[in-house]
Amino acid sequence: MTTTIPNKEPQKIHPHKFAMWVAMGSIVMMFAGMTSAYIVKKNQSSWLQFDLPLIFWYSTGVILASSLTMYLASKAMKAREMSRYRTLITITAGLGLAFLVMQYLGFKDLEARDIAMIGPKSNSAVSFLFVITVLHMLHVLGGVIALVTLFARAFRSSVKNYSAVPVEVVGTYWHFVDALWIYLFLFYNWIG
Amino acid sequence: MSNEAVLHAHSDVATHDAHGDHSHEHHHHETFITKYVFSQDHKMIAKQFLITGMVWAVLGGLMSVLFRLQLGYPDATFPWLESILGKWAKGGHITPEAYYALVTTHGTVLVFFVLTAGLSGTFANFLIPLQIGARDMASPFMNMLSYWFFFGASIVMLSSMFVETGPFSGGWTAYPPLSALGDASPGSKTGMDLWIVSMALFVVSSLLGGLNYIATVLNMRTKGMSMTRLPLTIWALFFTAVLGVLSFPVLLSGFILLIFDRNFGTSFYLSDIFINGVGALPNEGGSAILFQHLFWFLGHPEVYIILLPAMGMVSEILSVNSRKPIFGYMAMIGSLFAIAILAFLVWAHHMFVTGLNPFLGSVFVLLTLLIAVPSAIKVFNWLTTLWRGNIRFTPGMLFAIGFVSLFISGGLTGIWLGNSALDIHLHDTYFVIAHFHIVMGVASMFGMFAGIYHWFPKMYGRYMNNTLAYMHFWITIAGAYMIFWPMHYEGLAGMPRRYYDYSIWESFKQFQDLNRFISLVAMIVFAAQFLFLFNFFYSIFKGRKLTTLNPWEANTLEWTTPIHPGHGNWVGEIPEVHRWAYDYGKDGKEFIQQTTPVGPDESHH
Ligand code: HEM
Ligand SMILES: [Cu+2]
Repeated sequence: MTTTIPNKEPQKIHPHKFAMWVAMGSIVMMFAGMTSAYIVKKNQSSWLQFDLPLIFWYSTGVILASSLTMYLASKAMKAREMSRYRTLITITAGLGLAFLVMQYLGFKDLEARDIAMIGPKSNSAVSFLFVITVLHMLHVLGGVIALVTLFARAFRSSVKNYSAVPVEVVGTYWHFVDALWIYLFLFYNWIG
Repeated sequence: MSNEAVLHAHSDVATHDAHGDHSHEHHHHETFITKYVFSQDHKMIAKQFLITGMVWAVLGGLMSVLFRLQLGYPDATFPWLESILGKWAKGGHITPEAYYALVTTHGTVLVFFVLTAGLSGTFANFLIPLQIGARDMASPFMNMLSYWFFFGASIVMLSSMFVETGPFSGGWTAYPPLSALGDASPGSKTGMDLWIVSMALFVVSSLLGGLNYIATVLNMRTKGMSMTRLPLTIWALFFTAVLGVLSFPVLLSGFILLIFDRNFGTSFYLSDIFINGVGALPNEGGSAILFQHLFWFLGHPEVYIILLPAMGMVSEILSVNSRKPIFGYMAMIGSLFAIAILAFLVWAHHMFVTGLNPFLGSVFVLLTLLIAVPSAIKVFNWLTTLWRGNIRFTPGMLFAIGFVSLFISGGLTGIWLGNSALDIHLHDTYFVIAHFHIVMGVASMFGMFAGIYHWFPKMYGRYMNNTLAYMHFWITIAGAYMIFWPMHYEGLAGMPRRYYDYSIWESFKQFQDLNRFISLVAMIVFAAQFLFLFNFFYSIFKGRKLTTLNPWEANTLEWTTPIHPGHGNWVGEIPEVHRWAYDYGKDGKEFIQQTTPVGPDESHH
């Protein structure tokens, strides 16, 4: 099987891509569980009102920008512009890291304002924000690691690998964690 | 995309066509380690799940014998208990702490490790590729990880039984505050830490497995195998995986919040608590009910995760051994679908007495009772499949029929419990114990036994012994009813579950003899399981050898593989499928395999 046989049947979705979609459904359920618990809890007694860290607005901008670079990266990959592709995924990973740092600074901000996130003095309102945000950060971190793996692969010259599947899988995931943050951000601001 | 491409983890799949010829043989370099330990062959992984599940079934069963000893003979002392349990049975009497630890671990292990991992882990792995015509799972590597996460969970759970303060003892549902406060009970300390770690690993294992099963069923079917030609086993395993993938993450959320309450001083679930010897806790504003919502949002789908694989296998085995097509194939799929949807909408029926708004309660009553409709459709279809069948009473068939009986008995008591007004009386009594052991515990065990007896020849190329199997069946079904039927009466009389000693309660003294009877039968039934275990392991090595490919004269694809299929399942091309799986007794033919092309003068089914 060395030649490319044209495929007459309608192309099914690649199993890895498909598995990624199912996994995203699973992650959605996890965050849905968290945010519903948040709503249930909010409607009970002693719920603290506080202002979100301002930096979350900027981190939102950063993660949005990273989605754009990710999109351009997979376009470059499909056009076989490998050096452009490598630059773009590096930028994407960098923006991802910047996002993580900014979230962390957001927690610092709360701390500076004496709003306890955990510990006996904490209020569930803040604890929820903290736990959910950390959980999301872990998912972004997973994406950054995946990007670094892609990056390493693109540099390994021994393998001439032009399959777009891994990039597409990682790209889908990246847009997903972006959308997830947008959802959480809207939730914190207008629902929570 | 070809199956080979994925099997060999080629990343360059673009050059493969959809159904290229796979005529070349597979020659993997296999060492003992890659073949039996870190295997990526779905059939070996299935056996790993099965045998680990069996180990847990024996351990969990033994635990129940130990706590039944306490319930049946609350005044007796058993010096030998002290020699095996040490300080947990001082003076030959199981301590209250040990009793609760045993009940909790029994529940956790049986629900998650035996009837989830042991059941769908085994049969989803074994049957999905074989029955849909695939060489392996979508990602064999993830599949292997799924087993090893389960193995890790098992080791951690096992180790929790040997820590100083004992395993977790707050019930399999792990409600806070017992699960959230180390000071609340001995089992809430290290035991609970290990319990959470173990369950987290288990959730990861389930998610990896489920992801794979879904991707495989939807993407890797052989040519001609449309969704409506799938055997019902596959449909059931598919819905099981969907339920798992959507509900386990919610449980994980609940556990994450629990971990924060335990270790980082947050107050998600805790409020206004005073512990003897510790004093008042600072936690304020939390809600223990919140955990119950998160738990039962998984917990109820979980019971169907346990049941659906059994339903699927029973449908298949009943049809094969009645020599008749399954009655109402599409209705069977539709009812599976309805059950899967409803499973997500009924969780609060476990919470009728938590102070739930009665109006909300009545909505959950309605949704809960709706489940009776698809359940009844399934029962009707099983019975009509049996009706006037040319029945072959193989051991697998007996267990399948036993499953139907148990499902009817236990489903009916579900309807009682589903009425919130009745549930106020019945909640947390032995009635609930009887209900779920019959409909879930024993019924799914029967599904599992049916599956093992039926597919053992495919797994090991040998038969199991029939005489032992018949003895196993009759003792188990008679025993199961003798154990759980009387519990309904105890529950109706208000006898609560999870008490250590009923003999000191005026209202429940009367049940002393009954409890002793139940304990006695439980021990006999436990002992009878060794008939099965012996049969299983003996037959692996010494059972009568298979001489034909298709011992049960069944239609499905797994029986077209060689007696000992290698990694890749079929030697040449994967066969093409031309018909559904249930052409039994059609046009005067005993059975027509799925691989047989439709003849020119064949009638429509
Ligand atoms: C007609 C169908 C069914 C109905 C209406 C129903 C209803 C209920 C209700 C209302 C309860 C809560 C009782 C209480 O705690 O007070 C319950 C408990 C339970 N049911 Fe069912 N059920 C049905 C079928 C099933 C099936 C098919 C399974 C499993 C395969 C199952 C497994 C369980 C379990 C495990 C519990 C108890 C969990 C615990 O508290 O430890 N039920 N059922
Ligand atoms: Cu339920």
